[in-house]
Amino acid sequence: MSAVKRPEGSKSAPAFYNNPNVRAVFYQLLLVATLGYLVFLIIANTLANMEARGIKTGFDFLTTTAGFDILMSLIPYDATDTYLRTFFVGLLNTILVSAVGIVLATMVGFIMGVAHFSKNWLVTRLAVAYVETFRNIPLLLQIFFWYFAVLAALPSARNSMSLGEAVFLNVRGLYLPAPVEEAGATVFYIAVAVAIAAIIWLHRYAKKRQDDEGVQLPVWRLSLGILIALPALASVIGGAPFSFEYPELRGFNFRGGITVIPELMALALALTVYTGAFIAEAVRAGIQAVPHGQTEAARSIGLKESKIMKLIIVPQAMRVIVPLLNSEYQSLVKNSTLATAIGYPDLFTVFVGTSLNQTGQAIEIVFMTLAVYFAVNMTISLCMNLFNRRVSLVERK
Amino acid sequence: MKKLASILTATLALGISTTATAGTLEDVKKRGTLSCGVSTGLAGFSQKDEKGQWSGMDVDVCRAVAAAVLGDASKVSYKPLTAKERFTALQSGEVDVLSRNTTWTHTRDTSLGLNFAGVNYYDGQGFMVSKKIGVKSALELNGAAVCIQAGTTTELNLADYFRANDMEYTAVTFDTSDQTRAGFESGRCDVLTSDQSQLYAIRIGLKNPSDAVVLPEVISKEPLGPVVRQGDDAWFNIVKWSLAALIEAEYLGVTSANAEQMAKSGSPEQQRLLGTTGDSGEKMGLSKDWAKNIVMQVGNYGEIFERNVGMSSPLQIARGLNAQWNKGGILYSNPIR
Repeated sequence: MSAVKRPEGSKSAPAFYNNPNVRAVFYQLLLVATLGYLVFLIIANTLANMEARGIKTGFDFLTTTAGFDILMSLIPYDATDTYLRTFFVGLLNTILVSAVGIVLATMVGFIMGVAHFSKNWLVTRLAVAYVETFRNIPLLLQIFFWYFAVLAALPSARNSMSLGEAVFLNVRGLYLPAPVEEAGATVFYIAVAVAIAAIIWLHRYAKKRQDDEGVQLPVWRLSLGILIALPALASVIGGAPFSFEYPELRGFNFRGGITVIPELMALALALTVYTGAFIAEAVRAGIQAVPHGQTEAARSIGLKESKIMKLIIVPQAMRVIVPLLNSEYQSLVKNSTLATAIGYPDLFTVFVGTSLNQTGQAIEIVFMTLAVYFAVNMTISLCMNLFNRRVSLVERK
Repeated sequence: MKKLASILTATLALGISTTATAGTLEDVKKRGTLSCGVSTGLAGFSQKDEKGQWSGMDVDVCRAVAAAVLGDASKVSYKPLTAKERFTALQSGEVDVLSRNTTWTHTRDTSLGLNFAGVNYYDGQGFMVSKKIGVKSALELNGAAVCIQAGTTTELNLADYFRANDMEYTAVTFDTSDQTRAGFESGRCDVLTSDQSQLYAIRIGLKNPSDAVVLPEVISKEPLGPVVRQGDDAWFNIVKWSLAALIEAEYLGVTSANAEQMAKSGSPEQQRLLGTTGDSGEKMGLSKDWAKNIVMQVGNYGEIFERNVGMSSPLQIARGLNAQWNKGGILYSNPIR
C-alpha cells in the first residue's frame, strides 16, 4: 500500500475503510472466517456422507466391550474390557518403547559420537562404520532384521538358553525373575531415598568446598559408596527386602517372572540402533562446533584431558546437540508406529489396527490417535526446549 | 475482493458436489475396469502367480462381476488389501467390490455402511498345531501362544473360545497371512488359528507341511462373501445376482463348456439364465447375456471350487457345506426369473 500525501490543510479525515489498520483487521477476519467455514464444510460434509452411507459415528464405541486379547499390557486387561481401555493399553506400550528407545539411543549416540574423536584408530573406524551403516538402511528393514533374522533364530521354549536357571532366552522372549516385596521392603525404600538425598547434599557441599577452598572431593566414588552402603545396611537390619519369583517351564511356555516379548526387544533394538546413529552424528557435530582454541586454552591452564571434555567441550557442545536431539526424539516416537509390521501392540497397532477394524469407526479412532502423537511430541518438545534454555543460559554467563 | 468471492463460490460448489455420488455401475462402465479388493495373498482364494495373474475363489467372484457388467472377465484391477485396510478401502470408494474372504457378521453389516451380497464360501475357524507338541484337541491348548491375523473375527472368536473353556493363552497378532505363517514356523507360537480353508492354504505354504496338523474342532461359523457399499442398491443387486448366477448355473448343470449349446437348446430354466429368454439383464442395466458371459468366462460355482480349492487343486478341500443343497451342502441360489 503506497502512502499518498494529502494536500496541506485538508481537515477531512479519510473514510474508515481507507484506514490501513481497519483494512488489515478486516482481511485477517475474512481469512479466519473462510478457514473456519472450510473446516465446518469438511466436517459437515463428512458427517452427511457417513450418515447417507449408514456408517455409525460418535464415540459411543469407547464404552463397549472390545472382545479381543492383546499380547502385552502394562495395565490389567482382558477381552471383556472396553475399547477405551485398549486405547490406554496401546498408549502405554507406545510410551514404554519410546522411553526405552530414547534412553538407550541417547546412550549409544553419545558413546559413538565421542568415540569418533578417540585417538584409537580402531575405535574411530568402528564409530564411523556404525553411523554409516545404520543411518543408511531403512528402519523397517532393520526392524525385520532384528525380528525375523536375529530373534526368530533363537531356540524354542524347551531348549531355552539360560543363565543360572533364573534368566531364560528363547524365541518367545526374555524371561526374568520378578522381584516380590518382602518385610524389609519399606526400610529398603527409605534407605534408597535417604541415600539419594545424601548424594544431592554431597554434590552441593563439594561444589561449595571447591568454590571456597579449591579442594576437590572424590564425589563420584563417595556417591557410589553411599548408594550401596545405605540400602545394604537397611537389608541387614530390616531383613531381605525382596524375594524372587523365577520363571519356569510349565506346559507350553514359561510362566511366572517378567516376560520381555521379542516384538518389544526387536522394536526397541531397531529404534535404538537407528536413532543412535543420528544422535552420534549430532554429538559429533556439536563437539566439532566447539573451536579448537577452547581445548588449547584449557590445556594451557593445566586441566586434565578428562576434565577438558567434561568441563569445557561438552557444555558448549550441548548448545548445538540439544535442538538436534529434540527432533531425533520426536522422530523416534513417530517411527515407533512401525511396530505394526511385527505386531508389537503399540497404540497404532492396537487402536488404529484392531480396534478400528472391529468397530469400523475410522474417523474417530484416527483422530484420537493423531491427537495423542501430537500431544506426546509436543511434550517432548516442551521438555527439550526447557532443557535447552538451561544449557544455553549456563553457557552465556 | 473479487478473487475472494470466487474462492468462496468455488468452495461452496465443492461442498455440494462431493455430497452427490454417481452410481457405481456407471463409474465402472465409464472406467472400463472393475476395481476389486482382494487379499494380499491366500492360496485358493486370492493369489498372484509369477506372471502377475490373480486366481482363486474370491478372484473369480470379481471376474464374474466384471463379466456381467463389462462382458469381459479379465477387466478387473485387483487391489491387495490387508484385513485391517479392507473396510476403509471399500467405504472410501477405492474399490467397487470387496471379495476378500470376509465374514458376514451383524456388526459389519449394520454399522460399517456395508452390504454383504451373499456367501461364496461357508467356513469355520480352526486350529493348526505343530505335530511335535502332540496335541490332539483344541481343549488341550491351555497356556499356548496363538498366532492370529489382526483385524479379523478370528481374534474375537479365539478370545471367546478360550474364555468359555476357562483356558489361558497369549495372542500374537500379525498383519498378513504370510507373517502369521512365518511366526508359526519360527516357533513364536504353538498354535495358528484362522478359518479352516486358510489353515489348509497356510499349511501347504509351510516348508514342511507334514509337520503341522489341523485340529478337528471348528469353533465358529464363518460365512465368507463379497461386500459392497450401502446406498447403491442397483450395484448391490448386480453383485448379489452375479454370485447367484454362479451357484444357479451349477444347480442347473450349465458349465463353461456347454453354456453355448444350452443357450440354444436347454431347458426353459437354462435358457432363462443364459438370456435366450427373459430380460433378467435389462432389469439390472446389464446386457441380455450377462449370466452367459459369467458362465462362459469364469465357469459355474462347481468348476470354480474344483479349480481353486477342490480335489484337483493343491488344497484338496472337500465340498462339505459348500455343496448344493440337494447334494448335502447348504448352497442355495434364489431363482433367477
